[in-house]
Amino acid sequence: MNGGARIERAIRSASPALVAFLTGGFPDRERFAALLPRMREAADLVEVGVPFSDPMADGVTIQRSSRAALERGANLDTILRAVADSGGRAPVLLMSYLNPLLAAGFEALARRAAEAGVSGFIVPDLPLEESQPLREALAGAGLGLVQLVTPVTPPPRLERLCRASDGFVYAVTVTGTTGGTAARDPASWHRLNSYLDRVRAVSPRPVCAGFGIRTPEHAAALGAHADGLIVGSALIEEIEAGRDPVRFVEDLRAALDRPRRPER
Amino acid sequence: MIARPRIAAAERERLLAELVEGRLPDERGRFGPFGGRFVPETLMPALQRIEEGARRLLGDPGFRSELEGELRAWVGRPTPLTPARRLGEAWGCDLWLKREDLAHTGAHKINNALGQALIARHVGARRVVAETGAGQHGVAAAAACARVGLPCRVYMGAVDVERQAPNVDRMERLGAEVVPVRTGDATLRAAIDEALRDWVSDPEETYYLLGSAVGPHPYPWLVRELQAVIGREARDQMLREAGRLPDAAVACVGGGSNAIGLFHPFLGDRDVDLVGVEAGGRSEGLGAHAATVVRGTPGVLHGSYSLLLQTEEGQVVETHSISAGLDYPGVGPEHALLAAIGRVTYVTATDEEALEALEACCRHEGIVPALESAHALAGARRLAGARPGAVLLVGLSGRGDKDLPALARRRRGGEG
Repeated sequence: MNGGARIERAIRSASPALVAFLTGGFPDRERFAALLPRMREAADLVEVGVPFSDPMADGVTIQRSSRAALERGANLDTILRAVADSGGRAPVLLMSYLNPLLAAGFEALARRAAEAGVSGFIVPDLPLEESQPLREALAGAGLGLVQLVTPVTPPPRLERLCRASDGFVYAVTVTGTTGGTAARDPASWHRLNSYLDRVRAVSPRPVCAGFGIRTPEHAAALGAHADGLIVGSALIEEIEAGRDPVRFVEDLRAALDRPRRPER
Repeated sequence: MIARPRIAAAERERLLAELVEGRLPDERGRFGPFGGRFVPETLMPALQRIEEGARRLLGDPGFRSELEGELRAWVGRPTPLTPARRLGEAWGCDLWLKREDLAHTGAHKINNALGQALIARHVGARRVVAETGAGQHGVAAAAACARVGLPCRVYMGAVDVERQAPNVDRMERLGAEVVPVRTGDATLRAAIDEALRDWVSDPEETYYLLGSAVGPHPYPWLVRELQAVIGREARDQMLREAGRLPDAAVACVGGGSNAIGLFHPFLGDRDVDLVGVEAGGRSEGLGAHAATVVRGTPGVLHGSYSLLLQTEEGQVVETHSISAGLDYPGVGPEHALLAAIGRVTYVTATDEEALEALEACCRHEGIVPALESAHALAGARRLAGARPGAVLLVGLSGRGDKDLPALARRRRGGEG
């Protein structure tokens, strides 16, 4: 089974699936290596961020953790080693800005990532129009490339992006950087839910909602409109506060599995 | 680490011809292998709107005449071409200065800021964000937004807020909100990251007024189109006032907007050598300079595939230059192409060389150039040494008032 199919199966295995984002090498290499296998048991899919010096789509939390990880020697090598050594139920995706991947060389990158057991990539600053060289290199090694869509993506483009995406479609829930808040009032919840419904209506792949999911209430409210929920900044904040992010994911799971309140 | 692309001789000729004929960037925003659009999906529709709007407006005679009227009546164009006789005599060349320091707000940045602010208003933007290094673009953006009636927020690295205090006051006086950026290296690069983040949060209502010929397509094209007025005027003025084209035109290169503005109209004049001068900083070590074209490698930063200063692993490094406006680890994609096809030669001038050139220009010509522009003067001085008697045109991109506090601190023995 190739990476895209592994990812898709992992998302479809739960309703909704929980996708946990961890900054690779954060809070440091040893603790990250210890955390990853536990997170691969708690979550349905784990996204590992490859830290980059200029993370322009990320908010302060992930910027902070990226910088700390870089200062403590994190790089593609140490992250791939941690993934290879981790084992666990959930497939692993790498999320990286384009430049570190260019520096590694696409063919070598795809080979090394596949050997480490990575299933696919998300590259936030690589639009569809420029994605062919990376997509082909990844496909050659059996790895998928996940596309992002946003609330301001025009309908024809939305369809193109959904069709091109491997594994799932990453639906950014807010215009903005990571770490914001998905929605604050009933009107924005309504807009958010109808946007997710719109993406699901055209997507042949499962749709995961990301950016701004911080509480079990957010998760429960969005869960009905998405096949998976991506939690990132909230987990990094747990780590920064000295708490266990695995516990946070387990609590989210429990909240999602409780009988649902009527929708707002 | 990616090697710099080698472009075959025939291909070089073809690319140069396309540049001269105005056919680059292509529809994907590429200058040969460089350029393009590498941004989060949220910004793709916004970039398409800006490109469509800018192309429509720049092709519209009504808009052009509005822009030209403002350049004349508000910016003070054309800026003079000044023969620098005493300085030329001291350096052994026939020296001409294109005086962007005399443009409104004291630097070439106003040409671009005004053009884009007008475009922003015409495409219905409700607010403008900008980034600034030295503060010159921030001041220009603040002034242009005041002129066209749009609110303006300027992101500025906290280090630069310290280095360029007078410009912070000017921006606020002009009604802009200045936001100090403490993330990353707290200089221009961090300010661009932060301005992009602001824009990502509100891509429909906000217009990002990018200050240099860098960033995702259409900015390198748009900024060049708006800055090419420098080279067009300078070319006409040389013919009229010097009776000939220069042997070489020299400009400083940070992101590269004033250089591309000066160079672009001369690209077809094969007898005119073009020389870009980058910040050689303190030394040749990574992190001690900002010589992106001279010492960088290909990669993607701030939405464009170009040259940048980075580690083997593709992490962007911190740079150093005495001049805040050159303190940037990237460079515009058109410069990356011009270097690859050999049409422009890129060299460096160190902090010390720039300071010496600044001093000489003050004493011999009664002109205080910006530290950025002083790098171009240092390059011209070196060129004059190699080609005695040459006719040299230097783009004096801005005036040095903003640098006086830092220069005074340096004189007292501190770091500039």
